Amino acid sequence: MYFHSVTLDKDRCKGCTNCIKRCPTEAIRVRDGKAKIIKEKCIDCGECVRVCPYHAKVVVTDDIGMMENYKYKIALPAPSLYGQFKDMTIGDILASLQSCGFDEVFEVAYAADIVSYITRDVVKTKDYKRPIISSACPAIVRLIQQRFPSLMDNILNIMPPVEVAGKIARDEAKKKTGLKDEEIGVFFVSPCAAKVTSVKNPIGIEKSYIDGVFSMRDVYSMILDKRKFTEKKIEHISSMIGVGWANAGGESYGTSLENCLFVDGIQNVIGVLEDIELGKLDDIDFFEGLACVGGCVGGPLTVANNFVARNRIIKLKEKLNKDASIKKYIEVDFHEFMLNVKLKKSDVLNLDEDIDKAIDMMKSIDEIYKSLPGLDCGSCGSPGCRALAEDIVKGFASEYDCIFKLKDRIKILAEEINKLSIKIPPVIGSDKEVKP
Amino acid sequence: MKPYTMDFDVKARDFSSAGESSSKFRKTLLMLSIPSDIVRRASIAAYEAEMNIVIHSYGGKMHFEIYKDKIVIVAEDTGPGIKDLELAMKEGYSTAPKEVIEMGFGAGMGLPNMKRNADTMEIVNHDESGTKIVMTINF
Repeated sequence: MYFHSVTLDKDRCKGCTNCIKRCPTEAIRVRDGKAKIIKEKCIDCGECVRVCPYHAKVVVTDDIGMMENYKYKIALPAPSLYGQFKDMTIGDILASLQSCGFDEVFEVAYAADIVSYITRDVVKTKDYKRPIISSACPAIVRLIQQRFPSLMDNILNIMPPVEVAGKIARDEAKKKTGLKDEEIGVFFVSPCAAKVTSVKNPIGIEKSYIDGVFSMRDVYSMILDKRKFTEKKIEHISSMIGVGWANAGGESYGTSLENCLFVDGIQNVIGVLEDIELGKLDDIDFFEGLACVGGCVGGPLTVANNFVARNRIIKLKEKLNKDASIKKYIEVDFHEFMLNVKLKKSDVLNLDEDIDKAIDMMKSIDEIYKSLPGLDCGSCGSPGCRALAEDIVKGFASEYDCIFKLKDRIKILAEEINKLSIKIPPVIGSDKEVKP
Repeated sequence: MKPYTMDFDVKARDFSSAGESSSKFRKTLLMLSIPSDIVRRASIAAYEAEMNIVIHSYGGKMHFEIYKDKIVIVAEDTGPGIKDLELAMKEGYSTAPKEVIEMGFGAGMGLPNMKRNADTMEIVNHDESGTKIVMTINF
């Protein structure tokens, strides 16, 4: 079964229409007074988590207690973690994180350095369709599978940094400790809901190298608790390129390609992907689309304000090396860091597999849509009038779910009742003519 | 079976809503289970035709017919037509006014792109009374 990280806390949900109207894939309906996420449509972008005034959208992450099931525990901090703390160096953060119960910390930022290196290499050798589209943001990859399937061939086929980090850390730990695969636990400290999903349902690889995904929020307070008692610093090895991945544009910078375009915010990305599909941006070499505003520092599981965090990352980068020492990993055949499962188009938008049937349904949708008020108020539980018309044709809603249609119908019936009520039967009153 | 049809009015020089009909057309194709490479080709052909109406004409309309095995795109406007058709079919040849080119449109790729992406393209009319182009994409 397809797992989803974004779920609903029913007790908190008031059944308002904020989330249904903001969802970029129209994946939410209100039913029985509560929001309902259509899991096939949801891409885990986190928009509803941010927009819900009652905090009823919850990102399900793994329980930190699951660490106890493993003999050797490795933490993989996302680069965005470095932007969450005031007055803490990367070394401080890593040391405090390790003392939360991990045997080892392996920087995802360092894996990002490796991914940047491989990217620079493959874009030279392999003939990619331009623009090459980043595979780093899983919400965007899912969006492309759903709404821009013709652009799937443009997607860079390198594993995202978190999986590269997971693979290297796991392989090294196996060598170092002699433990078995299942005895080693690899845990990602994530700013991102979509990454939680992509560990359970991998994109482009058979199986994820990660065992669990912890929310950056949960780990944040643990790090602050440990901070005072941690003396030993951990030397961090990532460069300004790897750390830069925390912010939108960081990956683009790492490609060294001349003509890069980075766009953050899911609605903005949709607009630019439309332009790419129309061939309007063929002069761009590399496109980095990120669902969250600011990039990963704007993820729904972060603590710090995304603009503040972005600024901290910029400041941290100034003190870092320009390159990381990554030779030992890329001298090994780096093909093991490439995606090897072909991406599949999602059929969730299709009305019906059969084009004739779909055409019939589309005609019915148009008919119904014409009769709706066009206010897109959301009171019916669908995100807009067009979506309601679709839901009616698909059999998930009825015409009178629209309160305006219902009101009109009631008015007609009331008038009819009124008309009937003043009619008087002949035996009581009216003097009607009788003819043979 | 009767096709699914869509009709849009296209205003001349209205760059703020330019491309809207092609965008709605594209979304419809996805919902109708049209293969993704056909969606891409049809969207490009439609977009270029729509932009030609916006840039060059006095206004016009886009008409789409979607069948089980083909798509027909009709772009029709009210003038001033295409003076030199042979030149207009050449890549990079543009008669777009300077201010339009400055906005990033009118690169002289419109007609060539339409021809490349459609399976057939017929220029029904291109005199001063207006231009009418019919494109089909088969699948």
